[in-house]
Amino acid sequence: MALATAVRTQPAEILRPVRNGYIAVTLGLALLLNLLTLPQTLNLVRPDLIALTLIYWVVYHPRRVGFLPAWLLGLAMDVVDGSLFGQHALAYAMLMYLSILLHRRIVMFGMRHQMLHVLGILAASQGVMLAVRMIGGADFPSLLYFVPSILGALLWPLLFNVIRIPLRPRVDPDAV
Amino acid sequence: MEYSPPPFFKRGPSLLTRFTFFSLMSLVLLVSDARFSYLSSLRQVVAVVVYPLQQVSGLPAALARQVKDFFVTQASLQRENDQLRRQNLLNAAALQNQQALASENQHLRSLLALRDRLARQVIGAEVLYTHRDPFTRRVVVDRGSQHGVLPGSAVVDDSGVIGQVTRVFAWMSEVTLVTDKEQAVPIQVLRNGLRGVTFGIGYDGTLELRFMPVNADIQNGDLLVTSGIDGTYPPGLPVAVVSNIERNAAYAFARIACSPAAGVSSFGQVMIVSTGEKPGQNPLIQEDSTPRLKRAKKAAQ
Repeated sequence: MALATAVRTQPAEILRPVRNGYIAVTLGLALLLNLLTLPQTLNLVRPDLIALTLIYWVVYHPRRVGFLPAWLLGLAMDVVDGSLFGQHALAYAMLMYLSILLHRRIVMFGMRHQMLHVLGILAASQGVMLAVRMIGGADFPSLLYFVPSILGALLWPLLFNVIRIPLRPRVDPDAV
Repeated sequence: MEYSPPPFFKRGPSLLTRFTFFSLMSLVLLVSDARFSYLSSLRQVVAVVVYPLQQVSGLPAALARQVKDFFVTQASLQRENDQLRRQNLLNAAALQNQQALASENQHLRSLLALRDRLARQVIGAEVLYTHRDPFTRRVVVDRGSQHGVLPGSAVVDDSGVIGQVTRVFAWMSEVTLVTDKEQAVPIQVLRNGLRGVTFGIGYDGTLELRFMPVNADIQNGDLLVTSGIDGTYPPGLPVAVVSNIERNAAYAFARIACSPAAGVSSFGQVMIVSTGEKPGQNPLIQEDSTPRLKRAKKAAQ
């Protein structure tokens, strides 16, 4: 049945322990990539890499990243993006809340269904931003506004593996 | 029935408490920023902190542009060179004419005892990137308060007005485009001198000429130039071209849609034009700088 295949059947991967410095490096790289200037049309639909990285750390290493670093990163994104101060901060607070709420559940699923959960979380954080701006008087942008969430969810497997590359145990070929 | 298990280890405030606290903080910041703009200094601080990261992440795009410029054929360079030479010749002729006209204008204005036009400083800048926020139309240029940019200055490119500087950081400035929602530019129709104000629509990339009566003398294709009344935009710069007029006798005003003349959606070189006068200074009203209490005492005497 669908539920039986959705649940993860293989045992969890064995990884080296994660240091706080590595978490900071990944979040810093995500911020850097978020600042990258892209050609006009791509710029409108680029996924939010900070959001994806935060979801990863909260789901797989709960209690390592708290609300405060996420909130401060949201403020940094607000200044860069030119949006109202606190817009991204609110979105990231919502993202952290949903990720922590669902973190025990997400690890039970396989990759495809994890992507669905990530899509829901990203869409909720974008929806919060949209609601706040519309209450403030902005017009509704087209439904393309939610494409970054879809692209972010599609990037989830890639991000998952890329973050884990330095964490996989190094096999020494000469070891006995 | 579903109950969550009792918390075995108390490790600080619950999830909902933390979320509520941070959401409330964000809402406070949002309201302060949207309504009261108290937070400009905080924004400047964060901008300074983020600036080196922005420089670093701008490197790939700059590198790509340099590589693209390097691999350009000699034939296209030749063509561009010829075209620029021809344009330069035409512009030189127009410039000579303009200098004669300017001196004649100055002479006539002094004859009629009209006020002199203010001298304007021009700063050349380049558009760095467009803001990703879909609710506003803003671009970022690479000149800031360190280069002498004042908030409120007009920004023009070679074909017309792009917008107005709304926020000035140390090394960058934010320019709000004329197509941003409720961004207003006072204009004059070039053909017959009719005055009006264009407002940006926001999502469309077009402008709207509001509060023109239904029987106003406006046609499709009319060029709208700045009238210079507000003292912010230099007079005579192209702003938009009228593209669609709806005259309905049921309403008091016609609905006139215009498309912007300048390249508001393309990147490139721009000029920031400022008068050197701080915005909001009305030269007719003498600003009384004595504190309010002293003024009241003086008035009571």
